[in-house]
Amino acid sequence: MRPDPETEMLRHVRKPIRHDAADRHVQGNAPYIDDILEPEGTLHVVPGGAPVAHGRITRLDLSAVRAAPGVVAVLTVSDIPAKNDVSPVAGDDPLFVETSIEFHGQPVFAVVAETRDAARRAVRRAVIETAEDKPLVDVADALKADADIMPPYAFRRGEPEAVIAAAPATVAGTLRIGGQEHFYLEGQVALAVPGEDGTLTIHSSTQHPSEVQHVVARVLGLADAAVEVVVRRMGGGFGGKESQASGWAAMAALAAKVTGRPAKVRLDRDDDFAMTGKRHDFLVTYRAAHDADGRIEAVDVAFAGRCGYSHDLSSSINDRTMFHADNAYFYPQVHIASRRLKTHTVSNTAFRGFGGPQGMVFAERLMDDIAWATGRDPLDIRYANLYGTSERNITPYGMTVEDNVAEALMRQLEASSDYRARRQEITAFNAGSRFLKKGLSLTPVKFGISFTTTFLNQAGALVHVYQDGSVHLNHGGTEMGQGLFVKVAQIVADEFGIGLDRVRITATHTGKVPNTSPTAASSGTDMNGMAAKKAAAEIRERLAEFIARDWQVPVASIVFRDDRVSSGEMSLSFPEVVKKAYLARTHLSAAGFYATPKITWDRPKATGRPFFYFAYGASCSEVTIDTLTGEFTLDRVDILHDAGRSLNPAIDIGQIEGGFVQGLGWLTMEELVFDAKGRLRTHAPSTYKIPTARDVPADFRVAFFDNPNREDTVHRSKAIGEPPLMLANSVWCAIADAVHALAPGKAVALDAPATPEAILRACMAQTGSAG
Amino acid sequence: MTTRPLRFLHRGQVVEIATVPPMTTVLDWLRLQKRLTGTKEGCGEGDCGACTVALGRVKGGRLIYEPANACILLLGQLDGAELVTVEDLAVGGRLHPVQQALVDHHGSQCGFCTPGFVMSLFTLHQEGGGADREAVLSRISGNLCRCTGYRPIVDAAEAALAVPNDRFRARAAETVAQLARLRDDKDLFVADGEGFFAAPASLDALCALAEAHPDATLLGGATDVGLWITKQLRTLPKILHTGRVTELRRLADDGDSLSIGAAVTYAEARQALSAFDPDVALLLERLGSAQVRAAGTIGGNVANGSPIGDTPPLLIALGATVELQKAGVVRQLPIERFFLAYGRQDRQPSEVLTRIIVPKRAAGLHLRVFKIAKRFDQDISSVMVALAVTLEGGRIASARIAFGGMAGIPKRATAVEAALVGAAPADEAAVATAVARLAEDFTPLDDHRASAAYRLTVAGNLIRKALAEIAAGERSSTRIAPLRGGAHAA
Repeated sequence: MRPDPETEMLRHVRKPIRHDAADRHVQGNAPYIDDILEPEGTLHVVPGGAPVAHGRITRLDLSAVRAAPGVVAVLTVSDIPAKNDVSPVAGDDPLFVETSIEFHGQPVFAVVAETRDAARRAVRRAVIETAEDKPLVDVADALKADADIMPPYAFRRGEPEAVIAAAPATVAGTLRIGGQEHFYLEGQVALAVPGEDGTLTIHSSTQHPSEVQHVVARVLGLADAAVEVVVRRMGGGFGGKESQASGWAAMAALAAKVTGRPAKVRLDRDDDFAMTGKRHDFLVTYRAAHDADGRIEAVDVAFAGRCGYSHDLSSSINDRTMFHADNAYFYPQVHIASRRLKTHTVSNTAFRGFGGPQGMVFAERLMDDIAWATGRDPLDIRYANLYGTSERNITPYGMTVEDNVAEALMRQLEASSDYRARRQEITAFNAGSRFLKKGLSLTPVKFGISFTTTFLNQAGALVHVYQDGSVHLNHGGTEMGQGLFVKVAQIVADEFGIGLDRVRITATHTGKVPNTSPTAASSGTDMNGMAAKKAAAEIRERLAEFIARDWQVPVASIVFRDDRVSSGEMSLSFPEVVKKAYLARTHLSAAGFYATPKITWDRPKATGRPFFYFAYGASCSEVTIDTLTGEFTLDRVDILHDAGRSLNPAIDIGQIEGGFVQGLGWLTMEELVFDAKGRLRTHAPSTYKIPTARDVPADFRVAFFDNPNREDTVHRSKAIGEPPLMLANSVWCAIADAVHALAPGKAVALDAPATPEAILRACMAQTGSAG
Repeated sequence: MTTRPLRFLHRGQVVEIATVPPMTTVLDWLRLQKRLTGTKEGCGEGDCGACTVALGRVKGGRLIYEPANACILLLGQLDGAELVTVEDLAVGGRLHPVQQALVDHHGSQCGFCTPGFVMSLFTLHQEGGGADREAVLSRISGNLCRCTGYRPIVDAAEAALAVPNDRFRARAAETVAQLARLRDDKDLFVADGEGFFAAPASLDALCALAEAHPDATLLGGATDVGLWITKQLRTLPKILHTGRVTELRRLADDGDSLSIGAAVTYAEARQALSAFDPDVALLLERLGSAQVRAAGTIGGNVANGSPIGDTPPLLIALGATVELQKAGVVRQLPIERFFLAYGRQDRQPSEVLTRIIVPKRAAGLHLRVFKIAKRFDQDISSVMVALAVTLEGGRIASARIAFGGMAGIPKRATAVEAALVGAAPADEAAVATAVARLAEDFTPLDDHRASAAYRLTVAGNLIRKALAEIAAGERSSTRIAPLRGGAHAA
């Protein structure tokens, strides 16, 4: 990176500082909720799920369940004192089925028992008789039935249909994009501890403590203020604990309410798979017109997304698919249509990228289609279609792309990855290889940063300085492994000019910072970092004013650095100044608040600026496929990513690599298979395969693209949580490139995920062989 | 019969347990009874590795630590071993080299999988120098991380392996002595009033128990039976563990054949079987995970009759024989006749599968083994094939082609085999004609691993590939990845 005067002043920010809990992680003494020493008398709650995907309960006999050893209570909808709704937005997620079953495994009742084992065994004694209806299982079923769960939505500029109809050069296609299970290593879990006067403290593994608070209060008929939610850490979230941790917390809370004892819900992994939502899968149909050079003139694309049985966050998620259907490319005339479909499957939910990845996979397929049609290198087609910097820079939703660095970034990666020479080598290899084919692809990422639900773009923090100079740090963001807590602590330590060891990181707590937004949309550091910085700055200003008065020097001359407070020759340690300030009755606590500036979004008019800025990246992947079996290997990956000025390069590299590998899993091996009755058949790691260490290429080269954020973000950093997932698009495109080598000039019919079966099917379609 | 309680070593002390419910898992014992919560439950079926612990045993005169999935390991299986968990590594706040390296290389994010990685890598660290990247990948093949993308974990492992000593190796002699004191030829028998866990030391004792309790469950490594307990919630009140039976633990090279006792683990048989062919070495590398290979037994893989087990097709192609024993009567049969129908094997109640006899590979036998799955490591085959052919005058003289994943049992493609005899491997038209007869041999299923159409197509393609390789005398231009752990062989 370029030397930078601000960096010189910073002692922690921009340094590769380890995760704050790393020492505890490796010793097994970083407690997750199931590790917390249980209060005496803690009961264990296990849900019982519906045996069919769609229908009505005709008889529910739980007498054998109640009679089972160790059972203390059995909860059903009739035990709910207030509202049977644990949904985030639309009011359509019951905690327990009343009569109408909407998906296989939907909770019908819950057993509360002395041990988890007793509860699990008791659940199986339930008699649930149903009148079964035929379920809508997948997108095709829902399209056939015209089953929209919410109104369609579209972006439009110009008349692309007319342009395409009249154009000499067009491409068209259909693409299936699969969903994805979060597979956070720590499953859904919550512990509810009853307090006095009906109050509750909930330990929840959630990305959204305030929503858990509101949902628990709603179900039990309590005031929000009667419920406190605490989250020290999650064993992974990835979006799966944004809206869908609430139900389990509410179930634990209800058990605690009914029994008067602490109660814990920890889902068995199979139940977690069956009962919680996943990444939306899509059917995409599209047509586009391009000129002789492969430059797009018009795009008409329709996304059909499987939402599952309820709304959950599907409105925003499908919107984001549309926001990213352009990825980094300019579509002069464009129609992006979206249908949100109802199925009798679990309600799909947030997952890293939040719908964006599916839009971008389409955009990359479109580039490849044009390359195959024109015979040009796919990378050159991508360059030809990138957004401009002063023209060709308006998105289909009317936002001007002001910070575009895609081309410079891609050119740098093209050179560092030796793309052109390797392209030649691969062409030569393919000419001489009968069964094996190689493929290469370089794809960009442009990802919009901000919640598109504008009001969520706010955050709060609470900072206390104690008399010994130690600092208590709290904010509304949650730690799910992404390193948010250490990043915010770095920011606060540097604000005070003190060592990181003086800053005590504390659990997210709705009693300290209220009305928090979910830790989601990659916004955790941008927003909570800024809020905490403001809180710390306020206390620092008070200290500076106090000590300047005391020393009779100008406030502007006070410097906080290296654990000291100084002005010229005058200098005291930070704790000494704090102690003096306290004795002089200085307020040493502050709440910070941040609301993201500049953003506007008018959804009904489909125009505005939904994003504060964009994060960029690019990746180049090389694969070899076996055209007899459909297996592939990932031979080399080069990544260049824009983290702005990285707040913590070690943490950010971890996000880039981890996001890439998660995307790799989504696009190549993770396959959700529902049977015709709507039952998920891949409901455990024995059948649902996420990448292992061996799936990561030995030749894996990851670097930062130096690009200080042009917007005024915290220390000019950029959000890092989601964008790297989509770096894996280059792997999927490289596989298609390899298939293409079997019959150049013909469009490749490869869906996602590119399992061996999908790759072999595409190979056979390419060569025209029967199958 | 002289019996005694369960005994194992934990934190330098002998733990003795006389009464315990037979289905108690090591994970539940640690977390619920000992309140040692460092070991995590991620899946409860031995597929994620978050619950990995290390088991120390003396094998071949050396103290060996192997990784184990505590979630599907029964407490009784700890008998005679040292149990090491993530809490045991750091001393007085001083981290073990594996732990320190993971911290230094930013190898944890959410941290939930981390204790499992620590323990898997601890077992590799105990083996001392010489481990390379491949060894690291192999050892963590059963540990899933959803956050890091693994690169920093692998880097950390390589760094830790360069730091030689730790206190476990320093006190190895003492541990060996302690473990030696736990060794005896008494029969382990622990009961809780409703059932028992028995681990007899001799075949006679095992057979006697099996006869007395025809309803008992024979338990090998528990990599399958463990899931009956944790996932199906089956009640198994009587468990007969094979892991201490001297005769079943024997792996012997009998000159023209290999005799594999039913309780020999994949890890223990690996070297001898890998010598058959690099393809076999690769198959065993891909079988389960390090944890599964350390616990699971080849006898169990055969006895449970799974249509998708990895070793049965290989053993069929190699012409192996199984031996069973009941009431002093010993019988042998060709292994393919052991598999009768889905879920049904030729084993009588109380009959014990004692060993598998694998004829050595004859000179001139061409062998190819392929496994198709969605993932390289620890995945169940959608299709797997083992093909063994002999050639005479450049033509196929005999063929044994066994498939997994194509039928309700592991099964030979007899119609294809017959059609191939007399064909030259390089004769693509003849091979295609023979392969077309696969549809007579198999009517595979559509399921979540693959469609029937894919299975049939890829099965034929694998035969084509194998014969093309045999014709060409090389397998480098037909494989997407180099064979691991062995040189290319024709």
